[in-house]
Amino acid sequence: MQSEKQYIDLYGECRDMLRKHSCEVMNAVRDEAFENFKRLGFPTKKVERYKYTDIPSLFEPDYGLNINRLEIPVDPYKAFKCDVPNLSTSLYFVVNDSFYDKALPKKELPEGVIVDSLARIAAEKPELISRYYAKIAKTEEDGITALNTMLAQDGLLIYVPKGTVVDRAIQVINILRSDVDLMVNRRVLIIVEDRAEIKLLFCDHAADDRRFLATQVIEAYVGENAGLDLYCLEETHAKNVRVSNVFISQQANSRVNHNVITLHNGTTRNRTDLAFEGEGAECNLAGCVIADKDQHVDNNTLIDHKVGHCTSNELYKYVLDENAVGAFAGKVLVRHGAQHTTSQETNQNLCTTKTARMFTQPMLEIYADDVKCAHGSTVGQLNDAALFYMQQRGISKKEAKLLLEFAFINEVIDHMKLEPLRDRLHYLVEKRFRGELNKCEGCKLCK
Amino acid sequence: MLEIKNLHAKIGDKEILRGINLTVKDGETHAIMGPNGSGKSTLSAVLVGNPLYEVTEGEVIFNGKNLLEMSPEDRAHEGLFLSFQYPVEIPGVSMNNFMKAAINEKRKYEGKEPLTAGEFLKLMKEKRKVVELDSKLASRSVNEGFSGGEKKRNEIFQMAMLEPKLSILDETDSGLDVDAMRIVAEGVNKMHTPETSTIVITHYERLLDMIKPSVVHVLYKGRIVKTEGPELAKEIETRGYDWIKEEIGEL
Repeated sequence: MQSEKQYIDLYGECRDMLRKHSCEVMNAVRDEAFENFKRLGFPTKKVERYKYTDIPSLFEPDYGLNINRLEIPVDPYKAFKCDVPNLSTSLYFVVNDSFYDKALPKKELPEGVIVDSLARIAAEKPELISRYYAKIAKTEEDGITALNTMLAQDGLLIYVPKGTVVDRAIQVINILRSDVDLMVNRRVLIIVEDRAEIKLLFCDHAADDRRFLATQVIEAYVGENAGLDLYCLEETHAKNVRVSNVFISQQANSRVNHNVITLHNGTTRNRTDLAFEGEGAECNLAGCVIADKDQHVDNNTLIDHKVGHCTSNELYKYVLDENAVGAFAGKVLVRHGAQHTTSQETNQNLCTTKTARMFTQPMLEIYADDVKCAHGSTVGQLNDAALFYMQQRGISKKEAKLLLEFAFINEVIDHMKLEPLRDRLHYLVEKRFRGELNKCEGCKLCK
Repeated sequence: MLEIKNLHAKIGDKEILRGINLTVKDGETHAIMGPNGSGKSTLSAVLVGNPLYEVTEGEVIFNGKNLLEMSPEDRAHEGLFLSFQYPVEIPGVSMNNFMKAAINEKRKYEGKEPLTAGEFLKLMKEKRKVVELDSKLASRSVNEGFSGGEKKRNEIFQMAMLEPKLSILDETDSGLDVDAMRIVAEGVNKMHTPETSTIVITHYERLLDMIKPSVVHVLYKGRIVKTEGPELAKEIETRGYDWIKEEIGEL
């Protein structure tokens, strides 16, 4: 319990301060989360779902925390040079874990829709928030979720009331900004009520050349016949550690598209748990990873078919260069009685060097007898014949390699439903492969 | 144009080319025939720099430059083109992007500005006509799902786009129906100028009726064993190769 100690001590010393700068709804579950964290600790590599990333060592360094919530001066427009311009979205900023209310979009949201600070709305409407908060992300089952819940003081709330369709995509830029090494525990709650629809694009950036450790827990409740598109794009730097847990609860006939895109990072662990609570629902989980140098990206998913007549599709693609390490483990669980489940899980990977490593583990666990499920994974190299064919036409080997990698990743991007993002991602991915990505300030060190 | 001197090459431990000597002058068309496994495709692969083959001896001078020292892409930039016997399918890379990259890298090599999108599309349209290639193929992935004939026509289309000085057609006639062969041959003939040369590798005289070579070589066991005029192709068509093997004392 080496790594855990400093967090347990911290909670003992700073409990009152944590509570003071948060809200009642978040405080109500804090002590319980602390007890769960003490009991569970950090998952080690011996825990099945964490075997590809050494979590305790990521939490071992002593990072600072901004428990007193001192305001960190930031001009988000300056800190963040938008890589996704011309995308018609309602743009919001979250700095570290705080909703930035000094730069709100001019266009108003449809009536009743809330995009705001989680703590603020929890204080105003405790009955709404407490119905969902820490209910979908259960602290008794996962040490990281418990840690986030015990330390999180604020974050983002997105609420779409019954029957409301938000046409314009909501873009949230999460900026990590600090003059010293910093740990950030961000919390996001997304409530999409029955028949409501929303498209969300979260872009994570690190604005300073500091070591960041960012934990994130996203809880999403998707009501009956509701629709949620959730795109998470990471463009951080080599000193960044990201541990993200996403929990999605889907009610009957709902639709979820969740895409996780890692364009640039340090060490990243993304966990997605999605549960079908009602029949007739559908989800598409997709991810693409481009990693080189010593980057580490671990995506771990669980799709829980609790009830029948639901459809899940999963497609993850990785391109690993140099010494990058990738991992994908995805389990599709079809529970007893979940008849007429349709599920397709695919993970395809390119290792372009001999030192790049990919670990892949697609899993199906089926307890129903009338289902259609498939899973598969591949790890391969670039096609030499295709490379040479292009070289014979005068395309340099470097460019040929890039075209092949680009073609490989495009399959994921082309599946995305948010069209302007698709175009933008084509552009970003190409830039990424060319090493020209207009990275945040901190990324000077990545070059 | 091209001067090959005592060229030896192997794949793995197997020696395939055992002393090729061949000179192709500007404006000439040479045919290379020979039984299966004699080294015809190896010769073309070695000339374009396929890394699977290792040159063990000899030299190749291409327009005054040492060809064997150049990277495959620079050989292409210098004007060498191979129409592949088996064109490669490249899923996910569109013909448009592929051709644009090829054209613009060549222009860069020549110190020219890249083509604008408009100029490029105009060029594509113009060259497509040479081999009557369907415009739909341009938006598809390179060779993916193309029929055998479409793949070969696509090779000649690329040749028209890149305007090489020396083109090697490696069994471009295989898998083509009579009409497609005519289209391909006419395309090649249209592009021929007194400054460009062509090497045609084939098993059949039919293609040589349409693309008229000035010289016909017979390659056998890694060497050129016979060089004559175009009438040699006709003779091989009727008599096969045994009489040539006999002449060199193999039978």
